[in-house]
Amino acid sequence: MFEFIQRFFGKPSSSATAKERLRLVLLSDHLSLAPDVVEALKHDLLEVISRYVDVDEQNCDVTFEQREKEVAMLANIPILGMRSRPIPPSPPPPPAPPSREPEPAPAIELEPAAKPVAKNGAPRPARRKRRKAQLSASTASQAT
Amino acid sequence: MREMIEHEAPAASAVPRQRGRAIVVTSGKGGVGKTTTTANLGAALGVGGASVVLVDADVGLRNLDIVLGLEARVRHHVLDVLEGKTALDDALVSDKRVATMKLLAAAQTREKDEVDTAAFRDLIGSLRERFDYVLIDCPAGIEKGFANAIAGADEAIIVCTPEVSAVRDADRVVGLLGDERRVKLIINRLRPGLVRKGKMLSVDDVNGILRLPLLGVIADAPDVIVSTNRGEPVALDPASPVGESYRQIAQRIAGTLTTAPEIPRERTFFEKLFGSLK
Amino acid sequence: MSARRIVLTSGKGGVGKTTTTANLGAALAKRGHRVVLVDADIGLRNLDLVLGVEKRIVFDLVEVVEGRCQLRQALIKDKRLENLSILPAAQTRDKTAVSEAQFAGVVEQLGALCEYVLIDCPAGIEHGFRNAVAGASEAIVVTTPEVSAIRDADRVIGKLHERGLPLRLIVNRLRPEMVRSGDMLSVDDVTDILSAELLGIVPDDEEIIDTTNRGEPIVLQPESRLAVVYDKIARRLEGELVEFTSFSAPGFFARIFGKAS
Repeated sequence: MFEFIQRFFGKPSSSATAKERLRLVLLSDHLSLAPDVVEALKHDLLEVISRYVDVDEQNCDVTFEQREKEVAMLANIPILGMRSRPIPPSPPPPPAPPSREPEPAPAIELEPAAKPVAKNGAPRPARRKRRKAQLSASTASQAT
Repeated sequence: MREMIEHEAPAASAVPRQRGRAIVVTSGKGGVGKTTTTANLGAALGVGGASVVLVDADVGLRNLDIVLGLEARVRHHVLDVLEGKTALDDALVSDKRVATMKLLAAAQTREKDEVDTAAFRDLIGSLRERFDYVLIDCPAGIEKGFANAIAGADEAIIVCTPEVSAVRDADRVVGLLGDERRVKLIINRLRPGLVRKGKMLSVDDVNGILRLPLLGVIADAPDVIVSTNRGEPVALDPASPVGESYRQIAQRIAGTLTTAPEIPRERTFFEKLFGSLK
Repeated sequence: MSARRIVLTSGKGGVGKTTTTANLGAALAKRGHRVVLVDADIGLRNLDLVLGVEKRIVFDLVEVVEGRCQLRQALIKDKRLENLSILPAAQTRDKTAVSEAQFAGVVEQLGALCEYVLIDCPAGIEHGFRNAVAGASEAIVVTTPEVSAIRDADRVIGKLHERGLPLRLIVNRLRPEMVRSGDMLSVDDVTDILSAELLGIVPDDEEIIDTTNRGEPIVLQPESRLAVVYDKIARRLEGELVEFTSFSAPGFFARIFGKAS
């Protein structure tokens, strides 16, 4: 009864605090453990931005910072000039043939700062689904 | 290193600072409370006015930052400093609550093999020039991580729970620490009710085997889990008995408390009754 | 016959890998499977102690690898469960005494002798972990519902994914009354954060301290609720779909009179 009152008026439960802290710290850990994903993200980001403005690619910097309530992507992109007309996006690649191999790792979903998009504009699936996909793929390949 | 060079030529009028103490918190067995103990002793010593730096030697599996609630503030880590990529000052994270306490975090995405033991020892040496206490959180086990963590420390605290595996591992570690260090014991997670029923080793059982000077005995209590959930060391909670145990241990370390440690007793019927109504 | 070779790992120390290896092994043996438990914690062995066979060790894993004895000579048969054997680690060596290939070789040899090889992995993600995983075809990640344990489990899961090892999760030392009061993460919180498939939920139970003191698997006490839990996990490993026990928190008076976990 007292717990109910406290929860109503008082601070959030410590388990809720713990869950949120873990979510952020693991996101931060995963980002630092996937430099190739970060590279791909940076590459795609610059490609999109370059359609509108001319950037100084040598001096671009993309980092991730964990803050108290969020993980944020910080991009420092020096702009050299404006394009007179934006370059249209290149057509999407043809769909790959279906295979039993697990999909290559999609980019990590960033929240709330930025959501990376694939070339065709669809948001990339979150890491959570990748894990489950990998697990069922390997379980499937284990079955004889 | 820049830090050491600065100290080679002190000003003529400066009073030479007394060298700080470097204490490694170790156990052998994992999960007995090393990180929690390092965090809480640091906080208690810091609140007592001393300057404290906590060093997380658990490369790859760091947790000292999260236990202190500082995970969002860590920007650089020990390897960045050892490899010369970051100045020590930039890597030190100030604690949210204890003004004189700082954290030097471990690298999360590297391996313990990457740490050069001699360089780590030198780093501890230079931290001793700046802080009254350097507390080193040792990883579990007795591999390279352990060897790194004990380098540079001339005192050790062994944390041990009253369980057969923990005592066995602690005994192994005592052997590995050798005679060059002063080694003391903290017994953690005692459950007095189980001891009374003969279902858990007693303090005497444990120290009969380890035979170390006893710094303190801490009872098992759920508020440690809550404090880790929140990232708020329990030593800063005046109402917590576990916090009180840590505060007393800190005083013994500092030499301001010389009485023998109390052994926590079982909670009485009324304590259980009122405890449940919180 | 080629056994299932399962490594029990966690990252964080002290979450219950050894206890789980011993009791899950005992549960499987009780169900009629031939089981060998391997202690991969060279230098800090504890599986022997937890099973009460520490006085019967003659040879250990390192001596097998170095060819100083036959594998069968090093295996200790449990006196209570005829299907259960254990291969102890060396106590006075360190983990670099055995290479990944050598460890995998021993596990493969064991695989010809039984249906299940359970490998008790040391804490951490260093050499000892790499050895333990080298021999395995699947993994069980053991974690408690606590922040540090979950963070370490996450790291280990990443490493296991890198090696393509299928894995499932055991949540150990759950305290339902603390989950209810919001003081502990729930099982759903844990599986959510780690994105792993659940194999078992083991509640915190002080009886395990007593049985470990005596070197006896708790599975041998059929009236213990942990015996039921480990049996369920064994059944799930066999492939059966078993409902997860719902651990409702005990009532007010049970807490007073100390019947709570």
